[in-house]
Amino acid sequence: MATLLKAVPEKTGRWVVEDRNKGVFKVAREAFVSDAIFEKERERIFDKCWLYLGHATELKEANDYLTRNVAGRELIFNRDRKGSYNAFFNVCPHRGAMVAREKCGSALGFKCFYHGWAFNNNGKFATRMGEGFYPEDFGKDGSVDLVRVPRLEEYRGFYFINFDEGAVSLEEYLADSREIIDLVADQSPNGMEIIGGGQQYSINANWKLLLENSFDGYHAEDTHATYFEYLSDYIGGAANDDLSAAKVESRAIDLKNGHAVIEGKAPWGRPIARTIPSWGEDGAADIRAARAELEARLGVEKAHRIADGDRNMGIFPSLVINDIMAITIRTFHPVSSGLIHVNAWAMGPVGEPRLQRKRRLDNFLEFLGPGGFATPDDVEALESAHRGYGNAKFAPWNDISRGLLKDQPTNFDEEQMRCFWREWARRMEDQ
Amino acid sequence: MTEVMMKPGAVTTEPVLSRSEYEDFLYHEAALLDAWRLDEWLELFVEGATYEVPTAGAPDDADSSESLFYIADDYFRLRHRIKRLNSKQAHSEWPRSKTLHTVTNVRILGAEADGVRVTSNFVTYRTKNDVTHTFVGRHYYVLRKTDDKLCIVSKRSMLDMDNLRPQGRVSIIV
Repeated sequence: MATLLKAVPEKTGRWVVEDRNKGVFKVAREAFVSDAIFEKERERIFDKCWLYLGHATELKEANDYLTRNVAGRELIFNRDRKGSYNAFFNVCPHRGAMVAREKCGSALGFKCFYHGWAFNNNGKFATRMGEGFYPEDFGKDGSVDLVRVPRLEEYRGFYFINFDEGAVSLEEYLADSREIIDLVADQSPNGMEIIGGGQQYSINANWKLLLENSFDGYHAEDTHATYFEYLSDYIGGAANDDLSAAKVESRAIDLKNGHAVIEGKAPWGRPIARTIPSWGEDGAADIRAARAELEARLGVEKAHRIADGDRNMGIFPSLVINDIMAITIRTFHPVSSGLIHVNAWAMGPVGEPRLQRKRRLDNFLEFLGPGGFATPDDVEALESAHRGYGNAKFAPWNDISRGLLKDQPTNFDEEQMRCFWREWARRMEDQ
Repeated sequence: MTEVMMKPGAVTTEPVLSRSEYEDFLYHEAALLDAWRLDEWLELFVEGATYEVPTAGAPDDADSSESLFYIADDYFRLRHRIKRLNSKQAHSEWPRSKTLHTVTNVRILGAEADGVRVTSNFVTYRTKNDVTHTFVGRHYYVLRKTDDKLCIVSKRSMLDMDNLRPQGRVSIIV
C-alpha cells in the first residue's frame, strides 16, 4: 500500500538542499545544464534503473517486432516464433550495422544488409557460411548471437529493461507505483492497449524539467489559461472554479524509490467514468455502464478511486503515466543535457467502441501533445527555463519548497518533485 | 492537363473550377497565415468544417476515431484554436513566431457531393527563439463555392516527416 508522505531528515548536498528548519528545498540549476552531470546520470541512473521499453499490446502476434531508442541505445523489442517477448541490442555482432531498420513489422529473423549475417527472431545466429572461412563450430557457443539487453521484465503488460544485470527485480523497483499502474490496467475487463499513432517529438531542455512538469499541478492555471478557457466553454461551466475546488481534495503520494503520484479530481471529462454535458445522453449512458461494470468487477471503493480520481505519476527516472482527461504513457530520453526525445502514446481499453474511442482521443488531443492546447505551452516553458539556467553561475538555485512543511501536500504543492529529487540525490551525490 | 476523376454515380452540383482559381485561393490562405490574420483565415472555413494533422508518417486514410493524431479539430475546437492563438496567453506562440507558408504542386483530385478535392505540397517555415524549423508535407482540401466565394469544407495536413524532431510542436497552422 502507498503511504502518505512522511518527514524526511535534513540533507545538504552539492546539488539538492533540504532544510526543513527554514522550510526550504533547493535544486542547483547546474544539475540541468552540466554535461559532466549528464554523463554521471548516464552511469548512475540510466545504466542502473528500470526503463520503460514498450507495452505488450504493441506486439500483438508472434514474430512482431518494433525498433526503439531507449536512453540513447538502439533496441529491438520483439516476439519470437513461440510468442515470447525479447529485447535485443539492434547491432550486428559482426561489424555493427543495425540488423532491423524499419520501425515495426513481422519478421521470422533479422538479416544484416551489410554482409548478410542472419539471426532467428530469438536472436540465434543463423547464417550459412561458405566452407573454410571460419572454424566448423563457429558461433555454436552463442558468441555471435544478437546481444540481449541484460534484463527484460514486465508488470501488467508494461515491459521495462535494465542495462544492469544485477539490478533488483522490476516489481521491487516499482514499489508502490504498482498500485497506481493497477488503477490503469484494471480499467477494462478486456485489458488495456496502446492506441495506434504515437507522438514523437523533441524538446530543447533537460529531461528532468519534463519530469517535474508532468506532475506539476501548480503551473496549470497560469501556463494553461487558454486551455481552461476552452474547457469552460466545452463543459458549459467554469473549469477554473472546479480546479480550485480540486486543490482542497488532492494529495501527493510518495510511491518510494523516487516514484510519486498526485491524485485529485479535475474539471475535465474522463472517458472511464466522468461525463461532461457536451457528450450528451449517449456519453452519460456509456459512462454509467462503465461505472457499473467497474463496480461489479472490482467493488464500489476501487471503482470510485479508478473512475473519479485523476492521477499524474512519475516513475523514476523517465516514465510518466498520466490518467487524466485521457491516459498517456510518456517517456523522455535525454540525447544530451539540453535535448530530450519524447515518445508519447495514448492507452485505452481493448475493444473500446468507436464513439467512445473517439471521445477518448479528442480528450487527449485537446490538452496533450504537440498540437494540443496545453503541451506546446509546457514545451515553451521548459525551453525557456533551460535557457534561463544558462545564468546558473549567478542565479544558481531552483526553489521547490512549496508545501514542504505540510502534513499532507496536495497536487498544487511540490512534494512529488521532491520525491524525485531525493532519489536523484541519493544516486548522484557522492556520499 | 488537370486530370479530374469523377466517382461513378456521384451526385454533385459542385462545379470544378480551373486549377488557377484554386491556386489563387490557396496562396491567399497562405498569405493570411503568414500575416497572422487568423480570424480571416477561420472565415475561409464553412461551419462544421474540420481541420486535421495526423501524426507524421500516418497513412493518408488515417482515422481520428482509431488513431492518435496531433490535431483533429471539429469546428468548435478549430474556433477555439484560433481564439487561443490570438491570445498572448498561448505562450508557445507569444511572442509570435514568424512563419512562411509555401504551396506548390496544386492538383485537382476530383469532385464529390460536398465539394472538390484539391491537394498541394507544402513547405512551412516557423522561426521562433532564434531557430527556424521546417515542416514539409501535403495538404488535402475539400473546397466548395458558397455565395460566390471558395470555402474550406475540410483540410488535412499530412506531414511527410518521421516525427516532430526537431520541430517539437505544431502550435502554428501548418
